[in-house]
Amino acid sequence: MTLGVGESVLVILLIAAVTFLTRAFPFLVFPSGKPVPRTVKYLGEVLPSAVIGMLVVYCLKGVTPLTWPYGIPEILAVAAVIGLHVWKRNNLISICGGTAFYMVLVQVFFCK
Amino acid sequence: MKQWKNALRAAFPCTIPVLMGYLFAGMAFGVLFRSKGYHFGWAALMSLLVYAGSMQFVAVNFFVPGISLLSVAFMTLMVNIRHVFYGLSMLRKFEGMGKKKLYMIFSLTDETYSLLCASEPPHGVDRGLFFFCIALLDQLYWIAGSMAGGLAGELITFDTTGIDFTLTALFVVIFVEQWLSTKNHWPALIGLGAAGICLVIFGQENFILPSMIVMLCVLMAFRKKETKGEEA
Repeated sequence: MTLGVGESVLVILLIAAVTFLTRAFPFLVFPSGKPVPRTVKYLGEVLPSAVIGMLVVYCLKGVTPLTWPYGIPEILAVAAVIGLHVWKRNNLISICGGTAFYMVLVQVFFCK
Repeated sequence: MKQWKNALRAAFPCTIPVLMGYLFAGMAFGVLFRSKGYHFGWAALMSLLVYAGSMQFVAVNFFVPGISLLSVAFMTLMVNIRHVFYGLSMLRKFEGMGKKKLYMIFSLTDETYSLLCASEPPHGVDRGLFFFCIALLDQLYWIAGSMAGGLAGELITFDTTGIDFTLTALFVVIFVEQWLSTKNHWPALIGLGAAGICLVIFGQENFILPSMIVMLCVLMAFRKKETKGEEA
């Protein structure tokens, strides 16, 4: 440990407080019981799809398309997940199957 | 009591992908934190109070002498700013949840948010309890993972390279699920496109905030167009 106990706890509490504030922000601005503006309602409806699209990109941000392995394992594994899911429509099969496939790819065929 | 049991039983299968993802990501965090001299109790404390995946990895670097609290607060704000928008989709969902609402807000991570967007309770299961169980289970996985990592991370002997793909697969599945269940694909495409373009322009460390801003602007522009279309 590089910091004292008190100081470490203080840092953790500060991070916790700021994190909670970011999550609580919309609930503070639009408290329950008061009507929510239509624009906000609209955003609430369309944001999940958009945010999940963004999170897919966020998970793949480390892919290097210009250097080995050129993102090939990621492309193959994402395609496998999509294929499995359209076919079986079962979350667990798609996620476990896709992950196992990806692990084989990066451990066996595309080792660094 | 029976209600709780039903809700828990309905919620658990939805959370299995997060279980796998969080256990291993949590372990990685526990191992990393311990390498800075903070044993598993500290990892558990942080996962209990902070509970923010990527943020906790960043936060490991804060525990050095001379770090200013102001920069800790600022960095935390920057890494977590995307959460400011998540609640907008949950304003209605969390209504009427009483005291549990506070915990729902606290525990709104990327993964829990995605599950809450994508899951509906089966018939006869209390909606609020169902959502609460999803949120609670997810955090328990995260705490368990980070404690295990801090305790015995190096005991894992099989090669886990690539196991972090679980969370990628989870988001891809939810993406496909939403794609198949709606006719309007624009929001999904806007999210992918905005993030993709901002990733290229701003690089992987700084693209989330600009992505959110671009997304919001384009979504708003779309709404204007749609309402105009309705009026005409």
